Amino acid sequence: MLEDLSQHILDIAENGVNAGADSISLKIDDGPEEVVLIVSDNGKGMDEQTCRSVVDPFFTSRTERRVGLGLPFLKQLADLCGGSFALESFPGLGTTVSASFRKDSIDMPPLGDIPSTLLALFIGNPDISWMYTHKRNGKEFSVGNRELSEALGGGNPFSDPSLALGIKDYLRENISDLYS
Amino acid sequence: MTGKIRSLDDLRKLKEKSGDLTSARSEENKVKIIIGMGTCGIAAGAREIMSAVLRELETRNLHNVAVETTGCIGMCQNEPLLDVIRPGEPRITYCLLKPQDVSRIVSEHVVNGRIVQDKLFGRAE
Repeated sequence: MLEDLSQHILDIAENGVNAGADSISLKIDDGPEEVVLIVSDNGKGMDEQTCRSVVDPFFTSRTERRVGLGLPFLKQLADLCGGSFALESFPGLGTTVSASFRKDSIDMPPLGDIPSTLLALFIGNPDISWMYTHKRNGKEFSVGNRELSEALGGGNPFSDPSLALGIKDYLRENISDLYS
Repeated sequence: MTGKIRSLDDLRKLKEKSGDLTSARSEENKVKIIIGMGTCGIAAGAREIMSAVLRELETRNLHNVAVETTGCIGMCQNEPLLDVIRPGEPRITYCLLKPQDVSRIVSEHVVNGRIVQDKLFGRAE
């Protein structure tokens, strides 16, 4: 099983990558009563029937093995936490996955290591435009890989290990500021 | 790392300090490290393997290495998986990794070209 929300985000985002998206946005809204997670991509999307079947663990679009666990895991977690799960998709336009989790639920997982998740996505998929937004109690931090690259004079700053780790620190500091 | 990095300005300073060493090398001469980042890989700790790789590359000041990720390749029970491809050499796959294995793979294989036998999964020509 995936241990925390940051691992789920890393996992769900990969669906967008595989759907051929060139732009993926990740949003966390950490409110007083629930955490809402929204992952949107502009990939090839799915028809209604596919949408229904992707939350079935025995459905996958991949050919390497016959099960796909990413979305079923996320739905299961949202259900366990008394939250909601929604999948909205339009063929040719993209897909949005939304899930919410009640914070008073005993099964509510921690947010986990969001900076490591973002760095893994930025490093692994430099051709995609990533946007991350994290809200908490009226405060907001947002960051994108393109914006970081531009601020650092273009190119792929994530290919330099010390700069990549610096970016991870930057993410960590700014996210923890939301909680201070 | 000296001091906290809070702003884009801090990042710019870090970049100036580390210099633009990456662009000087062409992609095909780089050693590639590829980490499996499917659901199975993530659940098995692939993200922590990636962090360990970055730390090791930073510590050793290695700039001729490209870190990439891949999805599930159907060998979930062997995750975390990590492949090393040195230019002109076969792709070597390591399996069932822990973050503490990374240092040895980088120093032995990435730097010195010696395959770490006890973590070896296989070889793809």
